[in-house]
Amino acid sequence: MSTVTREDVEALVLSSLEELGAEADALSPTATFEDLDVDSLDLAELSQIVEEKYAVKLQGEDVAKLRTVEDAVNLIVERAAQ
Amino acid sequence: MTGASGAIGSATARALAADGWPVVVHYGGNVEKAGAVVASIEEAGGRAVAIGADLADPSAPEQLLADAVAALGPVRVLVNNAGITRDNLALQISDEDWQTVIDVDLSAAFRLLRAALSPMIRGRYGRIVNVSSIIALKNNPGQANYAAAKAGLLGLTRSVASEVARRNVTVNAVAPGFIESEMTDGLLEDLVGHIPARRAGQPEEVAAAIRFLASPEASYVTGSTLVVDGGLGA
Repeated sequence: MSTVTREDVEALVLSSLEELGAEADALSPTATFEDLDVDSLDLAELSQIVEEKYAVKLQGEDVAKLRTVEDAVNLIVERAAQ
Repeated sequence: MTGASGAIGSATARALAADGWPVVVHYGGNVEKAGAVVASIEEAGGRAVAIGADLADPSAPEQLLADAVAALGPVRVLVNNAGITRDNLALQISDEDWQTVIDVDLSAAFRLLRAALSPMIRGRYGRIVNVSSIIALKNNPGQANYAAAKAGLLGLTRSVASEVARRNVTVNAVAPGFIESEMTDGLLEDLVGHIPARRAGQPEEVAAAIRFLASPEASYVTGSTLVVDGGLGA
């Protein structure tokens, strides 16, 4: 997991959110999921993508606390380092 | 297809195979019957494999799904049909008989659904059909555990259907009435007079309903319960 960089994670999260329907122009690290119209099912699917890519399992309660893209990136980077 | 060695399960497995689906014929204990179902599907030109699993074991559903994927590829259709009864008056149902029925008839269906949903959502396609019972909708003394599990399946169906509908994954239920099967052996003679159709149903008549809900054509049907009971609950 030491090869996972913050830049990689951020790129994966942003591209995944776009694939899930978020407006590309609105995507940024500080954008909130509410503003992006990203809902709980989208976040559950993002968790699956992250798990497939980095073998990092995000639980429902972890995901429920996330507000911004940056929150998600921070959590994934933290978990990948464990 | 869980519980695919029984009457409704085997009829449904054959119907799905006739639609071109490769079918996992799950069985709880009866490997001979499951093998016969596989053989009849293969004779008709279909593809099937029998996989055994004790669904009362909480770890079994996830393993069953993994075995199914290894044998036949991604699961696009899940039919939760496995069911057991431990009939008694509520006053006399033991904790064990309550829990076993809930574990097999309800919890295993949830665990299979949970494991199957992830790839269905990612693949933007899925059909889940939960086989409930008319007993979930109508009273039947002596089946409090079974009725609770089967009614639970209907709540599970509606709730999950609304969660995943926008990913082209549908979740529906069928509620069979009195169907000629090993579960109703010896019971039907007294009951037929109460059924508007004046006969018990055939397993193939339930299979036809499941086959529709499992088909691509049922794409705008989700969260529904299709009652197949000869008018009993009408």
